[in-house]
Amino acid sequence: MKRLKLPQWLVLLLPAIIILSAVVLIPLVLSLYSSFTSYRLTRPDSIFNWVGLFNYEKAITDAKFWAAFGRTVLLLTVALNLEMLLGLGIAIMVSKVTRGQRLLRTMMMFPMMFSPILVGFQFKFIFNDNVGLVNNALQSLGITDTAIPWLVDGNLAMFSIIFAEVWTSTSVFGILILAGLYAIPRDPLEAAKVDGCTALQSFRYVTLPFLMPFIYIAMAIRSLDVARAYDIVQIMTNGGPARRTELLWTLIGRTGYVDARMGYANAMGYISIFLAIFFTVYFFKKLTKSRQELGMGM
Amino acid sequence: MAQVHLRNVVKKYGPLEVVHAINLDIADGEFVVLVGPSGCGKSTTLRMVAGLEAISGGDVQIGGRVVNDLPPRDRNISMVFQNYALYPHMTVRENLGFSLHIAKHSQADIDKAVNEAADILSLTPLLDRKPGALSGGQRQRVAMGRAIVRDPEVFLFDEPLSNLDAKLRTQMRVEIKKLHQKLGSTIIYVTHDQIEAMTLADRIVIMRDGHIEQVGTPLEVFENPINTFVATFIGSPPMNLLDGVVKDGQIEFADGTRLPVPPGYFTDEGQAITFGVRADNIMPVGHALPRGEHMAEVEMTVDLTEPLGTETLLFAVLAGTEVQAKMLNPRPVHRGERMTFQIMLDKCHLFDAETGDTQKK
Ligand SMILES: Nc1ncnc2c1ncn2[C@@H]1O[C@H](COP(=O)(O)OP(=O)(O)OP(=O)(O)O)[C@@H](O)[C@H]1O
Ligand SMILES: [Mg+2]
Repeated sequence: MKRLKLPQWLVLLLPAIIILSAVVLIPLVLSLYSSFTSYRLTRPDSIFNWVGLFNYEKAITDAKFWAAFGRTVLLLTVALNLEMLLGLGIAIMVSKVTRGQRLLRTMMMFPMMFSPILVGFQFKFIFNDNVGLVNNALQSLGITDTAIPWLVDGNLAMFSIIFAEVWTSTSVFGILILAGLYAIPRDPLEAAKVDGCTALQSFRYVTLPFLMPFIYIAMAIRSLDVARAYDIVQIMTNGGPARRTELLWTLIGRTGYVDARMGYANAMGYISIFLAIFFTVYFFKKLTKSRQELGMGM
Repeated sequence: MAQVHLRNVVKKYGPLEVVHAINLDIADGEFVVLVGPSGCGKSTTLRMVAGLEAISGGDVQIGGRVVNDLPPRDRNISMVFQNYALYPHMTVRENLGFSLHIAKHSQADIDKAVNEAADILSLTPLLDRKPGALSGGQRQRVAMGRAIVRDPEVFLFDEPLSNLDAKLRTQMRVEIKKLHQKLGSTIIYVTHDQIEAMTLADRIVIMRDGHIEQVGTPLEVFENPINTFVATFIGSPPMNLLDGVVKDGQIEFADGTRLPVPPGYFTDEGQAITFGVRADNIMPVGHALPRGEHMAEVEMTVDLTEPLGTETLLFAVLAGTEVQAKMLNPRPVHRGERMTFQIMLDKCHLFDAETGDTQKK
């Protein structure tokens, strides 16, 4: 019997191919395929029930899906901008500190060291209307005597979530912008002083253009993060009250695992991924452009 | 009018004093060059004039006004930095016009000033490029253009040519000199290159370790160095220095060689002195300038030659010290050849061996 003779390159690549197929390719293909079926976790044989684009049509016409989509975009926009501004402020202040800067830099990282689940629980407690820190503080200070329903009122709940999100992740911006500040050459800043700039003008015309690449990198990283936001929201409000804080992935998670409609969940997932891809591509484009502005090439 | 005066100006970094109470008066329109070895405080001094470095003591006056507490933008100065310090995200045009833009001049004014400066420095074809797309020499010109556009009372240059190759440096040196003649502004120029200092300056300020050693025109500091430091720092090759003792009204070196005291210098019997002679003033007999009034002759063995074409540098040993001499109308000289050299005593120098200060009467 003749032994099957594979070309050498294929043999060498085979382990990589097998591993990649197992962990990436097969799940990807399977989930894509199942999004065209009426696959339900409770009825495994439904995975062979081909329904064509039905799931996608359903998602696109589903108001709940678009509400979650819009809310995710809102969270993304508000949180990212807030984090950018706060991070910029913190980075500038830290960079001006002459003593204990290392300690401050380390402290800046603290929020990033906690699991988002824990942060979620923490803020769930902080914003709790009966025993929460915020309400207790407000009541003790006599600012209010009612229990403000932070996590129960729709708008306030969204605010609380954004607050928690900003608290955890401002330091991503802070650290990256600080790195940017350290990387700015001293000469152009001095030239700007001689050219007549006030501190504010120096910042606007010299510092900021140098920081933009760092800001866009942070934006790209964080937009991916927020677009897949799940844990903090799941813990703090579970998408409630009455779906008023439902984001894309809490909706998808609920649809897939609670309602067991995996085919539909996968279809929504594939649509949602475009959101993340869109923001990432957008910020990387901006990044490349801002680097070109600085004459840094690609 | 923009004279610049430094009055007992001190710079301290913490407890470390790097500029020690220096005094300097610069006239309107004068081209002054600060020169000295690395780390002597030239940049620090210049940056104190610019307002980029706080002044720890004394006063800096520009145009009769004490500017100690004024930020750079209120001092009416321009500065050209060693690394050009261009704004990388702006085109050449924007770089040039930036200061006027900040000062809220009209676009027409800005365009006019930018085009004029670009014209002077032949930057017109480059106006729409970014600094990243320019050569070192072109960036240097943009940096100068940016300074010109401001039309300041005082220009400050911090080693603007040190990143250029030798040829370009010579070329830019001429450009800067022309520019000064054209604009007539006061210029303070820092360099550690004594040739740049000699060729550019109306007056040279020689610094060492945060002190000013000597101030004078290029010829003054070349011909009458106030101490051995200036003597060896200015001029190329550096002045030969030989240690000796005054004996019987003559200078005696370690090996017993004697030379007369150069005219115009005082000595005390038995004093330890340093005798200074430049290569131009010690030449082999027959290959020298016509004999002057005060001459002396010594014999030396040639160790090494450096033919330069019109002349040859000879390295020989006199009284145990290596001496550089110059040979005009050179002929081939072989190693170990013994030659008689004539020394032009009128052009020689005497310094106190201990302090290094000149013994000039
Ligand atoms: N920020 C600082 N802190 C402490 N010492 C400093 C600081 N900046 C400069 N110095 C010291 O001050 C002295 C003068 O520095 P300066 O930059 O003026 O030298 P320089 O004459 O311009 O030298 P170079 O020709 O190398 O540029 C140096 O000994 C330097 O070490
Ligand atoms: Mg310097």
